[in-house]
Amino acid sequence: MQTDEAPPLVSMRQIVKRFGQFVANDQINLDLAAGEIHALLGENGAGKSTLVKILNGLLQPDAGEIYWQGEQVLLKSPRDASEVGISMVFQQFSLFENLTVAENINAAFTEHDTHGFGVRALADRIIEIGEDYDLNLDPNRPVHTLSTGERQRIEIVRALLRHPKLLILDEPTSVLTPQEAEDLFLTLEKLASGGCGILYISHKLHEVRRLCSKASILRNGRLVATCDPKSTETVEMASLMVGSSVPELRAPALHKIGDIRLHVEALSLPSQDIHGTDLHHINLDVHGGEIVGIAGIAGNGQSELFAALSGERLAQEPRHICIDTLPAGLLDIESRRALGAVFIPEERLGHAAVPDMRLSDNLLLSRHGTDNLIHGGLIDIRRSHRLAHDVVLQFDVRSASKNPYARHLSGGNLQKFIMGREILAEPGVMVVNQPTWGVDAGAATAIRQALIDLAAAGTAVLLISQDLDELFDLSDRMAVIYAGRLSQTLPIQNLTREMVGMMMAGSEVDHAA
Amino acid sequence: MDISQSVIMTIMTAATPLLLAALGELIVERSGVLNLGLEGMMATAAACGFAMAIVSGSTTVGVLCAVLSAMALAGLFGFVTLSLGANQVASGLALTIFGLGLSGLIGAGFVGTSRPPLEPLFIEGLTDLPGFGKIIFGQDFFVYTSWILILAILIFLHLTRAGLTLRCIGENHHSAHAIGLPVLKTRFRAVLFGGACAGLAGAYLSLVYTPFWSPGMTAGRGWIALSLVVFAAWRAERVLLGALLFGGATVLQLHAQAASLGLPSQLLSAVPYLATLIALVFMSLGRKSGTVTPGSLGQPFVPER
Repeated sequence: MQTDEAPPLVSMRQIVKRFGQFVANDQINLDLAAGEIHALLGENGAGKSTLVKILNGLLQPDAGEIYWQGEQVLLKSPRDASEVGISMVFQQFSLFENLTVAENINAAFTEHDTHGFGVRALADRIIEIGEDYDLNLDPNRPVHTLSTGERQRIEIVRALLRHPKLLILDEPTSVLTPQEAEDLFLTLEKLASGGCGILYISHKLHEVRRLCSKASILRNGRLVATCDPKSTETVEMASLMVGSSVPELRAPALHKIGDIRLHVEALSLPSQDIHGTDLHHINLDVHGGEIVGIAGIAGNGQSELFAALSGERLAQEPRHICIDTLPAGLLDIESRRALGAVFIPEERLGHAAVPDMRLSDNLLLSRHGTDNLIHGGLIDIRRSHRLAHDVVLQFDVRSASKNPYARHLSGGNLQKFIMGREILAEPGVMVVNQPTWGVDAGAATAIRQALIDLAAAGTAVLLISQDLDELFDLSDRMAVIYAGRLSQTLPIQNLTREMVGMMMAGSEVDHAA
Repeated sequence: MDISQSVIMTIMTAATPLLLAALGELIVERSGVLNLGLEGMMATAAACGFAMAIVSGSTTVGVLCAVLSAMALAGLFGFVTLSLGANQVASGLALTIFGLGLSGLIGAGFVGTSRPPLEPLFIEGLTDLPGFGKIIFGQDFFVYTSWILILAILIFLHLTRAGLTLRCIGENHHSAHAIGLPVLKTRFRAVLFGGACAGLAGAYLSLVYTPFWSPGMTAGRGWIALSLVVFAAWRAERVLLGALLFGGATVLQLHAQAASLGLPSQLLSAVPYLATLIALVFMSLGRKSGTVTPGSLGQPFVPER
């Protein structure tokens, strides 16, 4: 490894990682210099997370070497990684809800790390770092009272207190508003200019172009390209990630906007969960033929609103929720389905589908009452098989066997199945929460197209999402949910990303605009 | 010794086995493990402790053997649930059934035996510690230990790094693992500690409370200790309160039985259990802010490799 130049900060060589038959990382090479902001790009399942878990000591590679400043290192645990100077900020935060900010940070340190600053001094250090990098935090607040953006700050401060030479961030902006994301970028640039290397995992190309000076692109566990994102076309990077050109959405056929099919009026519902969000006086109309989007950062009442609309929790009075003008606020899920509504929750495995049931049984879950599938208490198994097969064919659900268990499908294919199951029920109203979360680009496009076509056929679609691109692509009108309150619904033409971003962060926007 | 002092003494005597077992279980549950085998561990420890005390003629040996036997059972539970990732509820129930059976086997030869009257129930040295009067604090080794345990647990949980680590692991083992905390090692230690405490509780029953062995002498105290932990919201000081309440009700019903109020004695015997449960339910109804259940309680943790 002797060269004239200084060795890179970290070098991964021929990294291989297998899970059973599946090769998650196949001979991957990666070099990252000090002060460089390096993007790791790829679809879900491309092997990004596996690679950084190896770099962080959480997983052991089956083959390959890691060199740190030119010296070979073995990273057997996150402790080993942090000792050489590698810190990681996870996509799913490693936080403890009932502990304070300071306790959360303290927990990640050993006695050895805190040598020189005790628990009390730690609070001062947290405030100090906060001032240096614009990461303000109150050390004594319990975590469950904090917003997602603030929680992420804890993770970053926790990482920075170790004085890392390499900081790894896994999809850090997926939980942030556009403004919060920009603040994060400024912090990262400040860090990099101080000589810290940054490995930035993302699948959002515009962010990578904004922030990173180098990008490594993974696909199906292999490194397919390394490029300069600032000089490479977005379309080119996208097709490298996906492996083929990304299909575009077709505009809907010309159709009329019909009557109100979903009407929500003054819906208020206190949360049952101590960490949940109360719903306050929500008003909303969705007409047949339109898609109404609801934007918002996770945890602002989306799951509570979904539960109230689907009937998992009942409203206080029938008139608070009307489906096709019929008061439905006190009806259970099955009765609401009988009125022609369908509901697709955010969590695919466990909420929308049962992992250990076959697709034909999963079809029964939501359609047992409406499709003539039960006769005298007995299931018409041939019919459920046929209907499941219809979904598989029409929605291009790919799997190894004909009627697989739900858990054997990839996220994208399972979501296509769930969408298909509800769409073939020919709903009048659809409420869908995060339909393309964690789904590969091809499946996401197919799902979005299905929603557009469904609305064009006269269904009222309510789309709850945290993906602003998706909301702007699909919605006819949009509202923002913040702290359990829903903003006015505005036509998409009257909205900009900046306005929506500010509303997501809780500031009032002049609706007269 | 006047009457009120003797009443306090009896209340504490009745409360101590519950307190010991519940404090151990509190640490186990705070680490995220639910060990329902408390009753079984206590029964085995009671039988083992009594048998070994008879055989060796030494209370100290008896107590040691009681603690070790309960720890051995806890170790078995830890191996099955932590190393093998088995279901904690099923394993805990199996442990109770196994422990009760084992205690019958161990104690079979000792039914009807009572301890030689010469054998002191007090551990010499601790009773004579300066600064503590014999009447209130000089009760016996077990009461004394239980009081130290409460203090030690409060300090451990809230002021030490190891305590913080334990709370983190109990609250969210995935996060704890991700930031490099030793989940399984910490839990195994907690389970062993819980076993040791259950062992002390069992030894107390057969060596102090009623100094003989009879099958089923734990009489559901393991289950009461388990519910104490839940209703006390996983807080040591509330466990103490609940245990004293149980002790108080026990003494009260004994007096009621002696005064022959005409109520069936079976009903009166049930009073301490009922009173404790009711009081604890009200206590847990009263708490409002913050969920306190350890987030990972009862969930097996299997790290990916």
